[in-house]
Amino acid sequence: MERVIDLNQPAIELRNVSVQYRLPTERVGTFKEYAIRWLQRKITYAHFWALDDVSFTVYKGEVFGLIGHNGAGKSTTLKVISRVLRPTKGRVLVYGKIAPLIELGAGFHPELSGRENIFLNGALLGYTREQMEAVYDEIVEFSELKPFIDAPIRTYSTGMNARLGFAVATAHVPDILILDEILSVGDESFQKKSFDRLLGFQSQGTTVVMVSHGMGRVEELCDRAALLEHGKIKAIGKPAEVIAAYRSDQN
Amino acid sequence: MSVTIKPVYDSARQSNPAITELKELRNYWYLLKQLVRRDILTRYKRSVLGVAWTMLNPLGTMLIMSFVFSNVFHQIGNFSVYILSGLLVWNFFAQSTNAAMSGLVWGGSLMKQIYVPRTIFGISAVGTALVNMVLSLVPLFLVILVTRSPIYWTIVLIPFVILLLAAFSIGIGLTISTLAVYFPDVLEMYQILLLAWMYLTPIIYPEDIIPTQFLGFYRINPMYWMVKLFRAIVYEGRVPLFSEIWPALAYSLGALVFGWIFFSSKSDEYAYRI
Repeated sequence: MERVIDLNQPAIELRNVSVQYRLPTERVGTFKEYAIRWLQRKITYAHFWALDDVSFTVYKGEVFGLIGHNGAGKSTTLKVISRVLRPTKGRVLVYGKIAPLIELGAGFHPELSGRENIFLNGALLGYTREQMEAVYDEIVEFSELKPFIDAPIRTYSTGMNARLGFAVATAHVPDILILDEILSVGDESFQKKSFDRLLGFQSQGTTVVMVSHGMGRVEELCDRAALLEHGKIKAIGKPAEVIAAYRSDQN
Repeated sequence: MSVTIKPVYDSARQSNPAITELKELRNYWYLLKQLVRRDILTRYKRSVLGVAWTMLNPLGTMLIMSFVFSNVFHQIGNFSVYILSGLLVWNFFAQSTNAAMSGLVWGGSLMKQIYVPRTIFGISAVGTALVNMVLSLVPLFLVILVTRSPIYWTIVLIPFVILLLAAFSIGIGLTISTLAVYFPDVLEMYQILLLAWMYLTPIIYPEDIIPTQFLGFYRINPMYWMVKLFRAIVYEGRVPLFSEIWPALAYSLGALVFGWIFFSSKSDEYAYRI
């Protein structure tokens, strides 16, 4: 498939981004405790840098993979990009509208029907009523849930939930798509279908940032990849080379 | 290099957070409506009578209260209308501030994954209370009709009073939500506070049993003024005096501005904390 990656046009820029989580060494959950400890100056925190001086640029139309061990900072990177966390230091620049794929069920209400949840979920992603009405039929079609669309979502299986979530999040062609390990849901034929949809996005100029533990998938889909380790970029470049660095690291 | 396009999001561009919230809210108007709709629809989803409970609930409370208290307090005219009008105002405040707090604390899993304006949970809680309030006006007028109490023209001022009440509730709701994010215990403490606050507001007892030496104390209670305004137009049928309007107005605007600024000044922290 012919695609254009415009190296003059960044989609996402991270400039020396650091994110610090502050973890209380002991859990202080009440006013009284807090007040006493504050007076005694005994509130101590463990400072933990989830991201440490990370810089990279993702260009428009590129599919960019993030790999690394658990806790390396992959999800935190996605969060600073999608505006959920403001970085402690550094600067994040995003050029375009972001469509994040949210975790299973987080944006759904179990008592509402599939139909109602489509609109609720769309609103959470920042779409308007008109925008959702325009793609409603397509969402129902794609998720293959037509017979169940008026049943409350609590009656859906996990797979049905995942299908609906994916269909809503990808109903509009976004400028930038954020994927956190989401492709591993649904049965094989649905996985194939969602995979095809992502390839379709690519050809329409969507920039994709994905986190995956599936190295095969990263190598197959991504134009470039970055390896994160303890909040730092260890390697960045061609997927095959980055994966090799990741593997040699493991041994 | 053709990097001249303006970024849609720049983490370094930090204008006043209170203003940013307000601007973002405009883009999420549809979400606000969806959240209110969700709250109204799901609350009674599995019950047979459904939304009718919004009307039956205050009616039931009022019946019990007037049965219990009508002989305790010397008779005042139309005790049931008196109680119900006070209850509606109180319920609006108590429900919306509680919902704002739990919406932010428990709805936090969403905020860890996608960006939405943080104030939206507090505002949608008040939106839900607004819908409930309008529904509760139905039993109020039913009771007025059944007890053959007069209906005054001053009821056209109801929206004005509800507006003040809504502004006050948003302000308090945002303030306690902020506190609850840092100290989850606030959720429980607030329940006790609400109970005390309710008894310190003349809702189920007539105002003239308040000893005169405590009247000054009552006058610093914002809810005293909200209830007073609502009763003036619904129960007494008179246009509120200016001296009754300005304390309510001042409390509403004060709470709204304070709550909004306080809440949004911490808005970057919520995703880290919840």
